[in-house]
Amino acid sequence: MAKAPISEEALTEEFGPHLNYVPPGGWKDESIHPAEKLVKTHCCFCGQQCGIQLKVRENQIIGFEPWEDFPFNRGMLCPKGVKRYMQSGHPDRLLTPLMRRPNGFRPATWDESLNFTVGRIRAIQEKYGKDAVAVYGGASLSTEKSYLLGKFARVALGTRHIDYNGRLCMVSAGTAYKLAFGIDRSTIPWSEIPKAEVLFVIGANVGECAPITTDYIWRCRDNGGRLIVADPRMTPITRNADLYLPLRPGTDLALLLGMLHVILQDGLEDREFIRQYTTGFDEVAAYAQQWDVGQAAEVTGVPPDAIEKAARWIGKAKRAILLHARGLEHQSKGVENCSAVVNLALATGNIGREGSGPTMITGQGNGQGGREHGQKCDQLPGQRSLADSAAREYVAGVWGIRPEELPQPGYSAQEIMNAIHSGEIKGLLSMCFNPLVSLPDANFTREALSQLEFFGVIDFFMSETAHHADVVLAGSLHEEEDGLGCSAEGRVIHWQKSIDPPGQARCDSDIIIDIAHRLGRGQYFPFKNPADILEELRVASRGGVADYYGITYERIDREKGIFWPCPGLDHPGTPILFADKKFYTHDGKAHFTRTEWRPSGDPIDDQYPLYLTTGRVVSQYLSGTQTRRIGALVDQYPEPRAELHPRLAQKCGIKDDDWVTVTTRRDDLTLRALVVKTIRPDTVFIPYHWAGTRSANRLTHRTLDPRSKIPEFKVSACKIKLAMGPDTSPDDRGAQHGPARGGA
Amino acid sequence: MFGYEFYIDPSRCIACRSCLQACEECETHRGKSMINFDFIERRESITSAAYVCWHCDEPTCAQVCPADAIKKGEDGVVHSSLKPRCIACSNCVLACPFGIPKMMEPEQQMMKCDMCYDRTSVGKRPMCATVCPSQALAYVRPEEIAKRREKPTNVFYFGEQKITTKVFMMAPAERDAIALDVVDYMWEEIHEVAATTE
Repeated sequence: MAKAPISEEALTEEFGPHLNYVPPGGWKDESIHPAEKLVKTHCCFCGQQCGIQLKVRENQIIGFEPWEDFPFNRGMLCPKGVKRYMQSGHPDRLLTPLMRRPNGFRPATWDESLNFTVGRIRAIQEKYGKDAVAVYGGASLSTEKSYLLGKFARVALGTRHIDYNGRLCMVSAGTAYKLAFGIDRSTIPWSEIPKAEVLFVIGANVGECAPITTDYIWRCRDNGGRLIVADPRMTPITRNADLYLPLRPGTDLALLLGMLHVILQDGLEDREFIRQYTTGFDEVAAYAQQWDVGQAAEVTGVPPDAIEKAARWIGKAKRAILLHARGLEHQSKGVENCSAVVNLALATGNIGREGSGPTMITGQGNGQGGREHGQKCDQLPGQRSLADSAAREYVAGVWGIRPEELPQPGYSAQEIMNAIHSGEIKGLLSMCFNPLVSLPDANFTREALSQLEFFGVIDFFMSETAHHADVVLAGSLHEEEDGLGCSAEGRVIHWQKSIDPPGQARCDSDIIIDIAHRLGRGQYFPFKNPADILEELRVASRGGVADYYGITYERIDREKGIFWPCPGLDHPGTPILFADKKFYTHDGKAHFTRTEWRPSGDPIDDQYPLYLTTGRVVSQYLSGTQTRRIGALVDQYPEPRAELHPRLAQKCGIKDDDWVTVTTRRDDLTLRALVVKTIRPDTVFIPYHWAGTRSANRLTHRTLDPRSKIPEFKVSACKIKLAMGPDTSPDDRGAQHGPARGGA
Repeated sequence: MFGYEFYIDPSRCIACRSCLQACEECETHRGKSMINFDFIERRESITSAAYVCWHCDEPTCAQVCPADAIKKGEDGVVHSSLKPRCIACSNCVLACPFGIPKMMEPEQQMMKCDMCYDRTSVGKRPMCATVCPSQALAYVRPEEIAKRREKPTNVFYFGEQKITTKVFMMAPAERDAIALDVVDYMWEEIHEVAATTE
């Protein structure tokens, strides 16, 4: 349905984001009414998954206490973690199901809203076929919920199309690591980081997006380790970099090929390791031959001697760790970029031993666990492939269906939105995903949403995307349901339930199970609680690469997390992968992967001569559905600003804090300028956490990596000019506010 | 906490402001943050620094207080002004060489970092140093800090004034004290001092 029923302003007035500045009862209340209990759980935000203790009183979270015994963060927290508890008891919290009416939304009963949901799904599937309904999930969901949602799509709805917002995060690295190693996980726990002689951090704003990792990096330097940072911006960790490589956005592959070239030219490769444990080296080496440092410098803008120095430091180090994140992944050659990092590590034998390895930094809360057990469009539990007939047979057996009843792989997240736009997909059920803010080309997303015949949302706050829904089902926060998470390290952890959902809000998994029952598929969803789901997940993952069979809540609580794979209850888990030099590939070897240079999907030209790159700030998280409601975090960085170098600013007559308009081939955006010498003069940076007239994703483009299907958020062509003032046009220009259609 | 000391290393700071957010969670001043945070010069660089009170051995703030409202405990912690005594004159705010005390409205009282007295007195670490993701603020044992590249110092010179503090600053390994005046680094000055002490 899915045009917003009334103006964005009116919806914002009613559903927020409003700013919460004080704990329940006010700042002084806790000294009068102390907490009843402390619950050991984790932060609900990023992939670091810091341990934290929540203070609970009368079914409310009233504060926190650091959890110093949890080994990963030892009490440390970023500002989001410190203020995470402010989302609980928030005035914007959805307390009942809501149904669309002509002038907004009205509260509804669960019966009415769920029967309506099931009725619309049935009608669309009968009219257009099973695949006309798609499901969106999210990487903030517990592993049990992710598993449940995958099973729900395939068994209850019978649709091919389920994917999740982790598609916008980690999938390029996941694809590259699967090609090379047959497993999608960081190769080492973070305790290895301080042991490296050289740390190479490329495309990872560690200080702001993985703040706790900073301490590991500084400890590496305390031990005498050298830090190399490659990024178009001097991010906070660059302040202590021993070598900084200021590359152009989208040219990481050229840098990495140039570095491999130097390593091979100097004979710094580990011949013995390559011969014994890898395949595909010769082809990769032959291509790297073409990338001498002169050419790499030409493409990247990094001086040749700096490229040589970085390569030689890595090549000569006894132990090197190569850390990478979204900067590499968010490109139309995201998989190649990550493969090129892996190739460097393999060529120098930096894997499967102490203080070394290529290591992805997963970004989303359960970005790791949420991508292991069937929430992805091509995947079955245990990181099994949906196209693999043996895997289909095994999982179908666990689920009590015939293998041929399992749908084939479907569309990825952006492809689902494209298919909604083209009219192929007519209905969407979305949980924990705010695509209007987080997908590229936001105007396209808005157009697509307006064409849906049915749009159901399960969430705890009214996101900007939910404005377009026919029905919004009030779900649960992180602290309101037991579940597993998996951190960036590959450590499976326990999110302890701290409180019950407030009002009539229900646990997310209850809602999905209820819909399955109302669809007449209840026999496949006999779960009473997350523990029941985990029991089935353990069996469904058994024998797969992501084997969780040996993992239980009790074991996690006792052992402070377990690294998967963990195939048995007496298995200790696997912190360091490949310690035995055996890889999870068909031949047991690590595979060099050929990487070929390609231009960006939105190349610069005379009209759009600058690079636009987008990313995060430390005080906000993803699409901001949660963090834009927490006053202290909003005050820290209240609105997106366009970051540019003084040299570019001077050329355009722009001063710090001026209003500027940034234009790409999609749209334009008017923001205040932040003029700083910490960014390349050919690049503009805008953080993407905001909606409407402040949404960076109105500018980005929908080019996908052909294999991982990740959008190219990190490289767009743009221009910038001075503006007279803020953009005062309505938030959703381009979309017409017609009268809402009936049905609700 | 016995055996633990507070160390500040601005070179580790990543500007995340976790300390600022966590400070206001502290029981004695919930909702108010006592951390001093700044980007050094954002246009020029990403370097930033966060500070707590240095808890001077001879606190200037207490020395200049006309109402005798600022007290140092036996443990060396310098506290916020005593509410019944404080006349909100802001002498301390102006006099502190580190710029730490704050005049709080509407309380009309000087408040400052008390090194999380509510926590350290019951065996917990101060909130800021516990959460700091880069450990630019650290509350650890001396043997732990000895593993770092930099070494701790607690002697500062402000022109003629020499200040020693409870809290340590992490300084480049070759320095014993931190001078903030350019003349202290000038060859002529060093030469002259050497001559007079001979």
